[in-house]
Amino acid sequence: MIKAKLFVTLGAVALMASSAAAQEKLKVGIVVTLSGPSAVLGQQARDGFNLAVKQLGGKLGGLDTEVIIVDDELKPDVAVNKVKGLVERDQVNFVVGPIFSNVLQAIHKPVVESNAFLISPNAGTSNFAGPQCNPNFFVTSYQNDQVHEVLGKTAQDKGYKRLFLIAPNYQAGKDSLAGVKRHYKGEVVGEIYTPLNQLDFSAELAQIAAAKPDAVFAFMPGGMGVNLVRQYRQAGLANIPFLSAFTVDESTLPAQKEAAVGFFGGANWAPDMKNPQNEAFVKAYEAAYNSVPGTYAMQAYDAALLIDSAIKSAGGKLSDKNALRAGLKKADFKSLRGNFKIGVNGYPVQDFYLVQVVQRPDGKFATSLREKVFSDYVDVYAKDCKLTN
Amino acid sequence: MSLTLLYVQTLNGLQLGVLLFLIAAGLTLVFGVMDFVNLAHGVQYMIGAYLAAMFTALTGNFFFGLALALPSALLFGLLLEFFIFRHLYARDHLDQVLATFGIILTLNQAVKVIWGAAPLSVPIPEIFSGSVVLMPGLLYPVWRLVIIASGLAIALLLGILVTKTRIGMLVRAGATNAPMVSALGVDIGRLFMIVFGFGAMLAGFAGAMVAPILSVEPGMGDNLLILTFVVIVIGGIGSIRGAFIAALMVGLVDTLGRSFGPSILRAFLDPAAAAQTGRALAPMLIYILMAAVLFFRPAGLFPAKK
Repeated sequence: MIKAKLFVTLGAVALMASSAAAQEKLKVGIVVTLSGPSAVLGQQARDGFNLAVKQLGGKLGGLDTEVIIVDDELKPDVAVNKVKGLVERDQVNFVVGPIFSNVLQAIHKPVVESNAFLISPNAGTSNFAGPQCNPNFFVTSYQNDQVHEVLGKTAQDKGYKRLFLIAPNYQAGKDSLAGVKRHYKGEVVGEIYTPLNQLDFSAELAQIAAAKPDAVFAFMPGGMGVNLVRQYRQAGLANIPFLSAFTVDESTLPAQKEAAVGFFGGANWAPDMKNPQNEAFVKAYEAAYNSVPGTYAMQAYDAALLIDSAIKSAGGKLSDKNALRAGLKKADFKSLRGNFKIGVNGYPVQDFYLVQVVQRPDGKFATSLREKVFSDYVDVYAKDCKLTN
Repeated sequence: MSLTLLYVQTLNGLQLGVLLFLIAAGLTLVFGVMDFVNLAHGVQYMIGAYLAAMFTALTGNFFFGLALALPSALLFGLLLEFFIFRHLYARDHLDQVLATFGIILTLNQAVKVIWGAAPLSVPIPEIFSGSVVLMPGLLYPVWRLVIIASGLAIALLLGILVTKTRIGMLVRAGATNAPMVSALGVDIGRLFMIVFGFGAMLAGFAGAMVAPILSVEPGMGDNLLILTFVVIVIGGIGSIRGAFIAALMVGLVDTLGRSFGPSILRAFLDPAAAAQTGRALAPMLIYILMAAVLFFRPAGLFPAKK
């Protein structure tokens, strides 16, 4: 078995070397969710990555770049098959993806054990940040808990005494509420887990009204968030501060519109962040795709820049994996969010902000930075990672 | 506080109930009269919502939008019947399930191609956009009351249609023994088509009515379809009256169970265990209800007499 693997590896290396001699060409596989109700997240990531490649003249790290895009359909088994196709048949150098954590759990092993690096532009689960961290795995988004922690910290700092929590009943929902409670020490007056994909929240909203909390924390991604936010406003609860994670962002705002204005979220970035590279990015993205970019697009754009910087730092030699890895760790590029480093475990070390939904002068809806909640924030699992820098 | 909360939750349960009824009415007739398992019925609910969203955006008025969406939903149902379902009536249930499941996949994807993957929203019509205060701190949107009222009105109309008119009599006869009705000289093909189109329109109506409170998105009918099947099984396949009672039961049990289950359990268990059990139990309640009903009445509450 080991022997066979060795042969495969040797073969791959030989193949790489021979093709390198002919002409170094970079292949990047993108695996994101492009169908189903959550397709809009994957589309943002794809568009953000493509925009970066286009702006760099079709070359990442100075090499001609071929981008192969596949749809994981939000099904881990489908994702594994397609990813195996990318690393075995197409021999890609980097796999960028996925959006969802359950897909990440499935594709992590096939990619990090292949000849390619895995770069996640969104999903950042706790297990791969801690004991199972891997030298071939990098994240350009965040460790999932951190976004929820922003809101827990905010609720604590603002002195909300009574907090009401609501999340869907699945692993990410439970992780979310645990993340909020990590920094919130006040009283949790209600904690509701709703069935996944519940669309009508009238029963839960009545309970919130009855409990009269100082603030509400919600984690309701995608269509669930659209419904919760609109119904929350319709139920006249908008005078209770609405803190949320992945519930009001640029992927859901086109449907939530006015209903979400004034609601809070947690993020590592917002479209109105002030730095030259970000202003140029938002302008170019809006011109190209006629929608406001969200964190999904930003993180994928940064993933492309990260790859670009790593190849440059390795002197364009795709076969030198150690040099590439060192380049990825260095992350020597201007991130759209300004302050950005790669930590020991391959996850980012960055700032987190409280963001609030606003209507821009041009009528479109977007999140807007309010205050910095964490600076140079290292995720809580990094200490369990045995990798060294 | 607790009593007002109970009233509010009862209203919420009623609203879910009438919504389920609007979808279940068509499904139970199609299943009962034609012995046809139509998994794609939830898709017609989605189509109704999308048509309402599109026509509302075009005309700038929800009621014009609704007025255009209903005939379009009817037309769409008839087209589906003409091109696809008609050829499946004589096949066995497995073929029907496979074919209609394929229609779900195709239409969900088609909707995304036409309207995009991002959810759409429809504003609540101006004159019903207000709210009434039902309990301190909670406003109840008038639109939800409109949904309840229109659902009940349609239930009444359907009841009259099915029990008092000639076409209703044929439908009931068809549910009991379709070959006999056909042998008596009734054009059963045309009857099927009318029932089918009408069912599609009712589902479309339900979709259009919820468009202002729920997001309109691909696959929005899929979850509801399962609940709808629970409703028609509890109510007795082919029975409008059964579908109505079962829909209200399911709506109320689901809503009240979700909100009061944990607090009732707290009387017997410690709070943490009660919350845990309540969370696990609440989504199961309607299935437990179905199992209980089937145990005592295997053919449902009001089965069509065979």
